[in-house]
Amino acid sequence: MKLKSRHLLGLDGMSRKEINLILDTAETFKEILSRPIRTVPTLRGVTVLNLFYEPSTRTRISFELAEKRLSAEVVNFSEAISSAQKGETLKDTVQNIEAMKTDMVVVRHQASGVPYFLTQCLDSSIINAGDGAHEHPTQGLLDLFTIREKYKKIKGLKVVIVGDIKYSRVARSDIWGFSIMGADVSLCGPTTLLPVEIEKLRVKVYSDLDKALEGADVVIVLRIQLERQTGGLLPSLREYTNKFGIIKERLKRLNENFTIMHPGPINRGVEITPEVADGPHSVILNQVTNGVAIRMAVLYLLSGGEGKVEQI
Amino acid sequence: MPRKQKTILVMDAKTIERAQVRIAHEIVEKNKGAENMAVIGIKNRGAYLAERVAKLIEKIEGVQIPVGLMDITLYRDDVQTKLEQPLVQKTEILFDVVDKVIILVDDVLFTGRTIRAALDQIIDFGRPKRIQLAVLVDRGHRELPIRADYVGKNIPTAKDDRVKVKIKEVDGEDSVSIVKQ
Repeated sequence: MKLKSRHLLGLDGMSRKEINLILDTAETFKEILSRPIRTVPTLRGVTVLNLFYEPSTRTRISFELAEKRLSAEVVNFSEAISSAQKGETLKDTVQNIEAMKTDMVVVRHQASGVPYFLTQCLDSSIINAGDGAHEHPTQGLLDLFTIREKYKKIKGLKVVIVGDIKYSRVARSDIWGFSIMGADVSLCGPTTLLPVEIEKLRVKVYSDLDKALEGADVVIVLRIQLERQTGGLLPSLREYTNKFGIIKERLKRLNENFTIMHPGPINRGVEITPEVADGPHSVILNQVTNGVAIRMAVLYLLSGGEGKVEQI
Repeated sequence: MPRKQKTILVMDAKTIERAQVRIAHEIVEKNKGAENMAVIGIKNRGAYLAERVAKLIEKIEGVQIPVGLMDITLYRDDVQTKLEQPLVQKTEILFDVVDKVIILVDDVLFTGRTIRAALDQIIDFGRPKRIQLAVLVDRGHRELPIRADYVGKNIPTAKDDRVKVKIKEVDGEDSVSIVKQ
């Protein structure tokens, strides 16, 4: 069994079997992280480029640790200190870097579709680390992994994604991922932050948070992207918190063994109160730990080829 | 027309059991007891053999022998050569290997590359006092300077033969056979 594509652009179009393969592989990689030496020699000689056109703490460090723990050689690109500042185009930039021999590219970009564009102009395997409002597949996978770890299943769980759906690539990947795995997905947010015709993805859409939370198992709280709130989509942050903020009083509507997730970074007191974010049902830091194992699994599975494995 | 395969049975359940008992005795003899000893089996079939050998040593010496299981996929030397990635399985070594006498157990010793990978992996867990190798079958054709300390049976084979080991716990019976191509 192997993945159909040599790139990871999104969870859209993946099969349940493929996702299970990644999650199962990540489980073994998680064990490696608890060993005295947390490095295995698997990707020795493989060069990975981390191409980040947007700021990132978690995803970037998580990918870099995953690469280093597999013994890959890592080069980092930050737009802010690169020749992109002198006007070099994306295509020129990546082709020049690939000319120095890279095998895999992890890319984060503000424009949707950049990872796909890179598959058209490079020979390397491309891994999407978040593109515009399109997808953030490794985040979706680590959310699935964290939930499967806790409930031992994903199928049949009721998952509610709350907040800024419109600008959220995490929401897209979670919608695809949880739907493929058989969970029941609902969305909730202000109408201005819900994309038109989103219900066509076969999700339930609520504008009343209390109704959405009724009987749910998992709440994925999205970050209000303060850097994108210039278009007057929200009257005020305080009003958002009053209507859509995850506060303790609202949690009693959830199923008993519920889970609170957040992809980070958190705006404490805006979309979630510190009391809930740090509370016993929050798995926010587990998500971060699992992220490294998921990214190791993805790097490992995508580095394979067509040859058959022989007995040794 | 496909060439006909020929299967030759080389060890049956009784022979395998006798070999296991002998190996357990040899291990105890060579190490003058089983103090500070642990057994690690290489997945898949080696893991079951490791449990059996550990039980036999426990019976002879009356001590507890910790057993670990190891998957060597991530330490293979051919994973970067664009093969279809083999499925990675869990490694479970729940004891400290430092200063232990480690008996590494596998079903078939062939090129020696699996054992090289296993040695590297064990050493990443810590520095054992010694590592010894026990195998059910040595079929020759080494590609690395590696030998076994305990061998159930030496079986001459051609390079493209396949050695099929069946273990009761997974295959329903104990047997070793050679499939001639």
